[in-house]
Amino acid sequence: MDKAREIRVEIIKMLTLAESGHTAGPLGTADLFATLYFGGLINFKVDEPYWDDRDRVVLSCGHYCPVQYATLALAGFFSMEELKTLRKLGTRLQGHPVRQIDFSGSNYKQLPGIESTGGPLGQGVSVAVGMALAGKMDRKKWKVICIDSDAEQQEGQTWEAYQTAAKYGLGNLTFVIDRNEIQISGNLGEVMPIEPLKDKLTAFGLRVFEIDGNNIPEIMAVFEKGKLFPDQPKAVIMKTVAGKGVSFMERDFRWHGKAPTSEEAEKALWDLK
Amino acid sequence: MNLVNDIINVERKATREGFGEAMVLLGKSNKEVVVVTADLGESMRVDEFEKQNPNRFVQVGVAEQNMMGVAAGLALSGKIPFAVSYAVFNPGRNWDQMRVSVCYTNANVKIVGGHTGISVGPDGATHQALEDIAMTRALPNLMVVVPADFEQAKKATMAIATHKGPVYLRLTRPKTAMFTTATTPFELGKAQVLRSGKDVTIFACGTLVYEALLAAEELREEVEVEVVNVHTIKPLDEETVVRSAKKTGKVVTLEDHQVNGGLGGAVAEVLGEKWPTKMVRMGMKDSFGESGDPGELLAKYGLNKDGVIKVIRKIIND
Repeated sequence: MDKAREIRVEIIKMLTLAESGHTAGPLGTADLFATLYFGGLINFKVDEPYWDDRDRVVLSCGHYCPVQYATLALAGFFSMEELKTLRKLGTRLQGHPVRQIDFSGSNYKQLPGIESTGGPLGQGVSVAVGMALAGKMDRKKWKVICIDSDAEQQEGQTWEAYQTAAKYGLGNLTFVIDRNEIQISGNLGEVMPIEPLKDKLTAFGLRVFEIDGNNIPEIMAVFEKGKLFPDQPKAVIMKTVAGKGVSFMERDFRWHGKAPTSEEAEKALWDLK
Repeated sequence: MNLVNDIINVERKATREGFGEAMVLLGKSNKEVVVVTADLGESMRVDEFEKQNPNRFVQVGVAEQNMMGVAAGLALSGKIPFAVSYAVFNPGRNWDQMRVSVCYTNANVKIVGGHTGISVGPDGATHQALEDIAMTRALPNLMVVVPADFEQAKKATMAIATHKGPVYLRLTRPKTAMFTTATTPFELGKAQVLRSGKDVTIFACGTLVYEALLAAEELREEVEVEVVNVHTIKPLDEETVVRSAKKTGKVVTLEDHQVNGGLGGAVAEVLGEKWPTKMVRMGMKDSFGESGDPGELLAKYGLNKDGVIKVIRKIIND
């Protein structure tokens, strides 16, 4: 899908202008975001971003936000021009995404399309469980998709949330775990191994699938398969290539938390052509 | 203020009981009210709410960090969740979740911390929350409410359910004096002058307000003590605090909490800027609690009527 490429291009451009931010995770998950928003996997209305019946996409690994910002702009939630304000004073594109309820006025202050505040790992996983519980209590049709990172599986809270999702049979909830093998200080397997992840998730009561997260047909198919288990929360272990699409960034943990210089950006955009 | 007629001979019930009764009422009157707890439903007195509203009761087990996040998610979906546990865990253990998922997000979550103060008693220091006011007071968007007795806890619970935005409600375990009545007024953010006096002001919060009233009564021939119940620590009713300090020129604060960062800290901050006043902060002085009977503990740490009298005599004669 060409949209994934467009998302990657915007990620590089916005991070280069911002001169800081996270590059590898967002590039790796561009295919997922393209599929969610442009492949018909979720219901949303750009002119009514908090429409009651929308599906909720919770980005728990908040540092991935450039991919979410780029996708929301391309989908039409706000102007492409606004992407240039990432991390700048006064921007709605904060360094980590924020949802801010405004009880006095328009009901929200944040960038349209953002569902939850994210940054400290593990928090969005619980928030997603809370949303799915509310949906189930009210017998709503909407679903919740929570994207969490593989390093996020090192947080205790993440597992507290999973067991709650299983206890309450939250079939309206899917966790997509980005298994890109890197984290800020090194390769995940060296910093703190999380395997056997599939067995652990299964033991916690989730219905687990494994896919190649850089393969769009596989992403499409796994959400179809998930529908066969309406009473169980799903976890999709999605193997991705960190920094996908940019040769000199791929699989290199040093690109977890830094932005390209303008020279590096030029090379990266050449790679993405 | 419609307090009880006889302040000495009063009935006793815990603030958590008032909270529990209000939750039952809210369960009937507001279908969006949901309770989330971490294995402490009975002890926090939400067991009756659970019985009557099983579909609006979420039990996450001993997992307070998750509890706070789940509450935030419920609030973002239109519910009015009460996240209920002991204060040492909630907000003690889940402060980061409270900060980001609830306060920064301005999610409509009501955080209820029970078993606060040394008056928790025999369970000892691990379970006596003495820092919860300090750690909640520092957070933007969050209102901090400390009811003084059973009736006030009931009214505060009803009031915070209607207030839009995150709130921390501080509760206590032992049976304590019921000195307000069903007709005593209560308004969030409005400190209450329960007794007027011209010589010294006691700003107190929580169940120790009663000790302040007893002390004022006992000293009535000697000193005119003004007793102000600061049930809302944040936003602080600065107007009432400054007005009373101007009037008496001597201030004592009293709380079952660390003097650093609690009510004493809050009052000192305001007076330091607006009306520097001679002041003594009563509370836990940078120390942990210990096991014991609540009454014995309050006596040991000088936080009962006798302790208050001693401090007032000292500040008056200094």
